[in-house]
Amino acid sequence: MIEMRDVTIRAGQFSLERISFQIPAGRYAVLMGKTGRGKTTLLELVCGLRRPTSGSILVHGQDMTDWSPADRMIGYVPQDLALFPTMNVQEHLEFALRLKKFPRARIAERTSELAAVLGISHLLLRSVRRLSGGESQRVALGRAIANRPTVLLLDEPLSALDAATRHEMHELLRTIKESTGVTILHVTHNVEEAEALADQRLLLEDGKLTAST
Amino acid sequence: MGSSESDEYPDAQRTTGSEHRPAKARRRTDVPFFLIMGGLSSIFVLLIVLLIAADFMFTSWSDFREALLKREIQFAFRLTMFSCTLAALLSLWVGTPLGYLLSRYRFPGRWIIDTIVDIPIVLPPLVLGLSLLILFHLPFGDWKLETWMDKVVGFPVAFHWPAVVLAQFTVSCAFAVRTMRVTFDQINPRAEDVARTLGCTRFQAFMLVALPQAWRGMIAAGTISWARALGEFGPILVFAGSTRMRTEVLSTTVFLELSVGHLNAAVAVSLLMVAMAAVTLVLLRVLGTGLNA
Repeated sequence: MIEMRDVTIRAGQFSLERISFQIPAGRYAVLMGKTGRGKTTLLELVCGLRRPTSGSILVHGQDMTDWSPADRMIGYVPQDLALFPTMNVQEHLEFALRLKKFPRARIAERTSELAAVLGISHLLLRSVRRLSGGESQRVALGRAIANRPTVLLLDEPLSALDAATRHEMHELLRTIKESTGVTILHVTHNVEEAEALADQRLLLEDGKLTAST
Repeated sequence: MGSSESDEYPDAQRTTGSEHRPAKARRRTDVPFFLIMGGLSSIFVLLIVLLIAADFMFTSWSDFREALLKREIQFAFRLTMFSCTLAALLSLWVGTPLGYLLSRYRFPGRWIIDTIVDIPIVLPPLVLGLSLLILFHLPFGDWKLETWMDKVVGFPVAFHWPAVVLAQFTVSCAFAVRTMRVTFDQINPRAEDVARTLGCTRFQAFMLVALPQAWRGMIAAGTISWARALGEFGPILVFAGSTRMRTEVLSTTVFLELSVGHLNAAVAVSLLMVAMAAVTLVLLRVLGTGLNA
């Protein structure tokens, strides 16, 4: 479950005032709103890359407002993906697992299982500099979910893809949600995408967050 | 006004009337551009080439060999290689974290640090040497840094080889910081953010994600620091002295040989330094980093 209580953040000209919402565990929430209204800021608040001026952020009932991003165990796929240019696909999938010092056999097992689900088994040794848009998406998604986070944040992950690839990714996201029970907060502009995926819809407008159905 | 359209645009009718042909065809040329830009640019390039050529024409192969066989000059060569390499490594060791902090964080007083880092670049070299000398000999009550280093640590600095390295480091580190800062500015910080959501501390994100992307910049910073250290003269003269077989590096050799009237030896050593600088610059180009800092 993701919950914000009266969260306010001010940074220069930009501000979000008293944002509150709840996304129950296992739900797929889609957040919509025009560009520059703070959707990315909202995600960064949830994963801890930004600190709110006031208010609190709870994940599964635990107040994590002051926690570092590393301790929150939240999967995050930013809009620009931010893949690690010096690593290959396999190293991306292994990254979180190695940090947690998993035994080698388990890392290998998890990586191959993940690659199969994402359909990137044939790319494991390829440098991320030589991937198509859709392939990069899958790698960024794989990197985020490798360590089985209970919350996944997606920032317009599909905006750069062609229609066919986007539909494949919709299928993939649904599969991931159903097989892992992860709570997802997905930012998009695309109404069709929201209809295809959302259990719950949120709209950010003029610094206010409203539930829309 | 009372005038009709054709009065206002007398050319309009004529040109549209006869196959869109302008009244007077003009073919312009870019030759003057290239002449002026190329001419001005070549002044500088020519100056450097002439300088080096003059050195070559002044000296002879036998002078060169004779100078390089001198025991003192061989010592100076070895000390130069050692001190420049050590100064470059120290600069990289300090410049990388400082460049990273300046690139990634907006903190109060950041501009002050940014300015302080540039001081060694703008300060007259002699002043820098003098300041180092004063720092090491300034009494704080009964305590002096130099005496403490000498008597307690057993590592005398001023007028010994460590003074050479410290004088070189003070300037070359400033260049290393600049280069590393530009390097990290060009690396996407989002990747480090994502690494932190995956369980990295800030230190791990730096080591595992940022640093591996910065290796080209580190090579550039190391090479620039090394080259700066090679050319260092003023601070070394003041802070380390120019004692033969003890604190003499090639830049001071040129000065010492010149001061006793051995012009041939001075020029021979200068050419040796030109060669060393050339090798460094070629190395930099080959590694594909460019001198964009």
